[in-house]
Amino acid sequence: MKLLYFAWLKTRIGMAEETATPPATVKTAGDLLDWLASRGPGYAAALTDRRVVRVAVNQEYVGFDHPLRPDDEVALFPPVTGG
Amino acid sequence: MIRVQKEDFDPGAEIAGLTAGRRDVGGIASFVGLVRERAGDTLIRAMTLEHYPGMTERKLAEIDAEANRRWPLQGTLVIHRHGRLLPGERIVLVATASAHRAAALEACQFLIDWLKTKAPFWKHEETAEGGHWVEARAGDDEAERRWTGRQR
Repeated sequence: MKLLYFAWLKTRIGMAEETATPPATVKTAGDLLDWLASRGPGYAAALTDRRVVRVAVNQEYVGFDHPLRPDDEVALFPPVTGG
Repeated sequence: MIRVQKEDFDPGAEIAGLTAGRRDVGGIASFVGLVRERAGDTLIRAMTLEHYPGMTERKLAEIDAEANRRWPLQGTLVIHRHGRLLPGERIVLVATASAHRAAALEACQFLIDWLKTKAPFWKHEETAEGGHWVEARAGDDEAERRWTGRQR
């Protein structure tokens, strides 16, 4: 699974992207956030407040209940501030 | 049409190009967003716009298609820059052409309101104290909600 991080999530996690193989218990986007938050203090700091974390799977916005597949591109980022 | 680019753009040339050779356009509405030097009491030295290559273009194309679905438009143009910009520099251009002004003006506001809440861009501001990521404003969500459920 390809994971992408943007804006302050990237800063706190300490990288822009990585390839990860979550355990079989990770079935949804919300499960993925729980698993990532357990991987270290940077991840935990980035994912503390889920209200300001947006998830896109294969470049489409999804909810935390969205099911994940091993070959998905999953992006995590804060609410957008363009324009 | 939508474009995401690092380079600056010439609003006059872009707007002229939108209707070049056409005789059916009655009016063009446009919005140009600039980097403001002040955010409250804070002086901004520079602003860096990060984006999500691929998804950004996809969302802008969706927003553009939605504007064309809601209003009778003869041309639309959205240009959004990324990278490091200085105060006074242009960030975004939205231009809409229609036979009549109401459609052009409404569609232009719709495009910039929707873009602000849906297109994956993030602003990072540099100040004397360092740098920080700009937080999303509740007012942007409210501006976007004005258009939700409002079909034409």
